[in-house]
Amino acid sequence: MRHGKYPFILSFLALPVGLYAWLVIVPFAQAFQISLTDWSGSSNQFDYIGLDNYVNLFKDDRLVLPALRNTGIILVVLPVVTIGLSLFFAFMLNIGGRSRQGRIEGVRGSRFHKVVFFFPQVLSLAIIGILWKQVYAPENFGGLITGGLEALGLPSPVNGFLADKRLVLVSVIGVLVWSAVGLYLVFFSSAMAAIPRELYEAGIVDGAGRFQTFFKITLPLLWESVQTAWIYLSIIALDVFVLVYMMTPGQGGPDGASEVVGGVIWKYAFKHGEQAFASALGVVLFFAALTLAVVSLRAGRRERIEY
Amino acid sequence: MATQTPVKPAAREAPAAGPQFRPKPEGRVMNVFSHAFLWLWALMVIVPVVWIVLSSFKTTREIAADPLGLPAAPRWENYVSAWTNGNIGDYFINTLQVMVFSISGTMLLGAMAAYVLARYEFRGNRLIYFGFAGGMMFPVFLALFPLFKTLDNVSLLNTYTGLVLVYIAYSLPFTVFFLTAFFRTLPTGVAEAALIDGAGHYRLFFQVMLPMAKPGLIAITIFNIIGQWNQFLLPLVLMSDPEDAVISQGLANLAMRQGYEGDPGALFAGTVLAMLPIFIAYLIFQRQIQAGLTAGAIK
Repeated sequence: MRHGKYPFILSFLALPVGLYAWLVIVPFAQAFQISLTDWSGSSNQFDYIGLDNYVNLFKDDRLVLPALRNTGIILVVLPVVTIGLSLFFAFMLNIGGRSRQGRIEGVRGSRFHKVVFFFPQVLSLAIIGILWKQVYAPENFGGLITGGLEALGLPSPVNGFLADKRLVLVSVIGVLVWSAVGLYLVFFSSAMAAIPRELYEAGIVDGAGRFQTFFKITLPLLWESVQTAWIYLSIIALDVFVLVYMMTPGQGGPDGASEVVGGVIWKYAFKHGEQAFASALGVVLFFAALTLAVVSLRAGRRERIEY
Repeated sequence: MATQTPVKPAAREAPAAGPQFRPKPEGRVMNVFSHAFLWLWALMVIVPVVWIVLSSFKTTREIAADPLGLPAAPRWENYVSAWTNGNIGDYFINTLQVMVFSISGTMLLGAMAAYVLARYEFRGNRLIYFGFAGGMMFPVFLALFPLFKTLDNVSLLNTYTGLVLVYIAYSLPFTVFFLTAFFRTLPTGVAEAALIDGAGHYRLFFQVMLPMAKPGLIAITIFNIIGQWNQFLLPLVLMSDPEDAVISQGLANLAMRQGYEGDPGALFAGTVLAMLPIFIAYLIFQRQIQAGLTAGAIK
């Protein structure tokens, strides 16, 4: 019965592992190596220059430093706002309605809301970028928000939201939140569905209001899901690129106000021909992601509540 | 805080009469507020989408001068222009051509690797598993240029074969991670019985285990279809010929060109065309799609 086990294992693993090693593992390892050279990427000439690229990263106040700052902001704001909103919506849609003969249920129309809220998640970032670029457009280009503000007689940014240094990053983050909320709403909803109704009923009998129900019952029991969502959104935040590429002037402008780390790596690698420098920034991004995952797994570890 | 005071004696008595309890003023204010907020968010999703559909029927002048109005007469020419001049039709076909192979390849290779990792003990099992799972965290940006060079060296740059292989390789981490967990949950009894009945390892996999893993396979297939359909960064770097563009890349090119050709109507028509199949698929399969994509968040 055991015969042929190893040939079988080998035959099943050879292709996937081979392909994965060739196109994923080796390129990643090469990037580490490239980051220690002065390779431009076009010729085959390069010298090892140690950690010079890494030192120079932190002197580049035109692209890298603004990008680190902006990605840092996204890293904080995106998870907080997305998780906050989607938890609130999930609570309203699943538990917030209650009071119908004391049965715990969501507010009316919750199925409809879930379908609508989730929709942006299936759209490609290219489509979302085109859509929101026009929504944010200046008034004389037919922007939706500027046009709406104008119709109400309110002031609006003259060149639209994306050409304004102070508004561009917030605008991009807004779109990221807009597209992500639906997914986490559904994710938290299914986690909430697993919480026994009796816990809520017991809470109501003890006179808990909606706020107390949420903070004393729902949130503690959802802690693991929140933590998962946090890691996931953080990785998304570190990898923001396509929206910046599609929406913002100069793919990171104006004046570097929406540069992000991914975009700067792409610019150095494929527009400026500075491979080694781009790779060094990539390595920094890699360690940022790694640290983040380790820290949030450690910090978020709590005693698991069995129910 | 007013909302923190329901532990008043009055509030305690009401539920004592039974689970039926009267809405407190706090509850009513909250109700109005939260309903309003839910509808506000729903409108924030619906309005831009409907608005872009309306705009796709407008003339360039109407788009700029009257963004909130309706088109005087639907301009179907925008759609004709998006299809012929904007090549949206070609981009669809390109994308489908790539995905037929990349999705079946991802699923086959992913399922094979996950099955072996989940059900067979051997040296290096853990190492390979973590090798795959760790890939979920790697920022793709780091590998872009070496990947570009690797494909260039074997003349697969700017070819669909190259793109298909890259899609498969970069979809493997999550596919293997998810399916390994799924294969582990399947009962061992059936597999043992099949082996005793003389089924080989290959037959066991294709005829017993794969059919049993169907729900997991469907969820992860949906996840991969949406992910690969929306993929932008990899084709941007690996497919430089505009004629070979996949749909999201083609749309981006259309958007860039629109900047100086000044035909926003055609761009929006193209966007609507690209949105349409996704929208229809979403309406039909929303439950499966929601399950498939949230599976992505459960790690």
